[in-house]
Amino acid sequence: MKRLWDRCLPLLLAALLAAAALGGCHGARSLDAFAVPETFDLSRTYEITFWAKNDTNKAQTAIYERAIRDFEALYPNIRVNLRLYTDYGKIYNDVITNIATNTTPNVCITYPDHIATYLTGSNVVVPLDGLLEDEKYGLGGSELRFDGPSREEIVPKFLTEGVIGGQSYALPFMRSTEACYVNKTYVEKLGYTLPDVLTWDFIWEVSDAAAQKDADGIYPVNGQRVMIPFIYKSTDNMMIQLLRQTGAGYSTGEGEILLFNDTTKALLRTLAQHAGSGAFSTFKISSYPANFLNAGQCIFAVDSTAGSTWMGSDAPLSDISADKIVRFETAVYPVPQFDPAAPQMISQGPSVCVFNKADPQEVLSSWLFAQYLLTNDVQIAYAQTEGYVPVTGKAQSDPAYQAYLRHESSADALYYEVKLKASALLIEHVDDTFVTPVFNGSASLRDAAGQLIENTVKSVKRGERVDDAYFDKLFSDVTALYRLGRGSRAEAGRAELGPLPLTAKVLLAALCVTWLLLGGVFLRQQIKKRRKTSR
Amino acid sequence: MKKWIALLLALTMVFCFAACGKEDADVKSEGVMTYAEYAAAALDSQVVVETYVQAKQSWWDNKATVYTQDKDGAYFLYNMACSEADYAKLTPGTKIKVTGYKSEWSGEVEIIDATFEIEDGNYIAPVTDVTALLGKDELAEHQNQFVSFKGMTVEAMDDGVSPFYYSWDNSGQPGTDADLYFNASVNGETYSFVVEYYLCNETTDAYQAVTALQVGDKVDLEGFLYWYNGSQPHITAVTPAK
Repeated sequence: MKRLWDRCLPLLLAALLAAAALGGCHGARSLDAFAVPETFDLSRTYEITFWAKNDTNKAQTAIYERAIRDFEALYPNIRVNLRLYTDYGKIYNDVITNIATNTTPNVCITYPDHIATYLTGSNVVVPLDGLLEDEKYGLGGSELRFDGPSREEIVPKFLTEGVIGGQSYALPFMRSTEACYVNKTYVEKLGYTLPDVLTWDFIWEVSDAAAQKDADGIYPVNGQRVMIPFIYKSTDNMMIQLLRQTGAGYSTGEGEILLFNDTTKALLRTLAQHAGSGAFSTFKISSYPANFLNAGQCIFAVDSTAGSTWMGSDAPLSDISADKIVRFETAVYPVPQFDPAAPQMISQGPSVCVFNKADPQEVLSSWLFAQYLLTNDVQIAYAQTEGYVPVTGKAQSDPAYQAYLRHESSADALYYEVKLKASALLIEHVDDTFVTPVFNGSASLRDAAGQLIENTVKSVKRGERVDDAYFDKLFSDVTALYRLGRGSRAEAGRAELGPLPLTAKVLLAALCVTWLLLGGVFLRQQIKKRRKTSR
Repeated sequence: MKKWIALLLALTMVFCFAACGKEDADVKSEGVMTYAEYAAAALDSQVVVETYVQAKQSWWDNKATVYTQDKDGAYFLYNMACSEADYAKLTPGTKIKVTGYKSEWSGEVEIIDATFEIEDGNYIAPVTDVTALLGKDELAEHQNQFVSFKGMTVEAMDDGVSPFYYSWDNSGQPGTDADLYFNASVNGETYSFVVEYYLCNETTDAYQAVTALQVGDKVDLEGFLYWYNGSQPHITAVTPAK
């Protein structure tokens, strides 16, 4: 036994050394995994940073600022520094940059797709499961200084959207979906009646009709030289919803890419046809749908319900001068459907994640603030700024919020009719919403989905031939651009690799040991040979 | 003899002017459009231009956004394919040959999906005073050019007191990549101006000058005549009015 131990010990040590070395050389400096402290140390002071996103809407900025003031009044030992963004992409890029230097914010508004990339770093984002359940500081915890929601009071569907790989990494903050804002006046002027549920067939038929010009280049429906009947803001969402509604593949939960399929080609062919007739364009190609809608140059404008305050003749927010706005009646519909009996639409909206730090008390203070964002005051106030809905049943059923939803629309921006309709749309269709699987690379896949539409529409406008060969090349180009592969797993382009999994470390260590053994055997043979020779 | 000398001198002068003229002329390479041809080209058509970098707005993910101009007009290059190393070479005055597609986004005529190559040549466009064109259709003819607005008076934003906003509705804040918006008037009409953060961030004189503005200040402005549903000059210099 001792001989066996004597032989194995050096091997074991060599294996451990190799594993440690390999683990250390792979990935950036990492923090220890967060463990929930027994108690929150109120004798200390904490300074945390909160990176937030607003929709270029000063009402939202004011709500963040007020939430911070109110939270700091409850916890005078915590100071929250706000950094505002107007673009999720910029937050994502800045977080990625700051992971490498361990200078991430403490709390951050984000999308689960982005968190999946952040997770490639070791212990970068705090898993929330332990915190959610903590008796003292978790949801509805006994030591909280505010009336936050219990776990059961968060809309379950929204809470599960933050689960990645079986663990919760994000709290939902607000939810929205997409809506189709319709110039009802022009639809009827063209001789159509809006159906109960907008279908793709209806959209294309009306859009093609509206795209007809007279001999002088004037569109009869609006009497102008510009008319793009159907404009889609987020072509990522457009493709994702089209695929979902047709039952076609996009990706599996494990990250297998299914986007590049025959249904996608067929959908792109349809889009190409209507882009060619001048019936369809996109935000990236033409500009904001709201600007065209309000100028009477668009009939179907698809944008987030969180963009509802920009839509319509009386929109409180506008980027175009008053003299360009035309009068029309705005109808608000879910996105177009293939099957009116089974509508499907995307669930979107900001979530909140907590970044890990060396000091667990600092993380706990971050968690308290993140949780505070779910209190009724914050939820209701923020939801009222746009066509968002609160993510908690507690806020949704609050008499103040119910009164807001039932309030008669008025010229007051708070009760803007289109916004109230957009909020009601999501509440009515929560069960019809879906999200796409989240994995490292899902953000790239989403970009790729939109890129397929953008490229196709651009090519049609440029008079390029759009046929099967075109789509084959498009699939290939987009696959390469976003580093995706047919039937393969996506990889995030700029993501860190993170630490090696244990199995990989063991395998590599075993290889090292094998080489050491081989070396040992070789040396032993050489020594024997030399001895023989010397004899 | 004197007549011959005079004739010789006159001829010499003519040749000199001719030579000067040739150096000044913005002769385009074969297959390259003149500005007039570019201006006449249809939207979504492929264009090839030779132009000179005047300022850079941003680089990200191998895409550059650049303000360029030749002696006849300006070209805004949006998200042009460009490595980080090449971006560093795009100093003001650098001549580049650009191949891309003419496009329009909210009234801004630009070249997108472009590639470029650096050529020999250097040119910095002089500033054109377009103050008199404010509010007129002719202003659009100077789109994307390096222009100035003289003797402007800073006006309060729509809150009635602020001389400028962080972001268009003051939803931004210092230190957050926020564009600065301010209003200035001339001849009784008020116009909107922007300090585009990616063109002039908080370290620049222009950004700092705008954050120091007071309502009623008289200023001269310089910048690039960008367009967004109407003129929206991207200001690069703010100085007290002369």
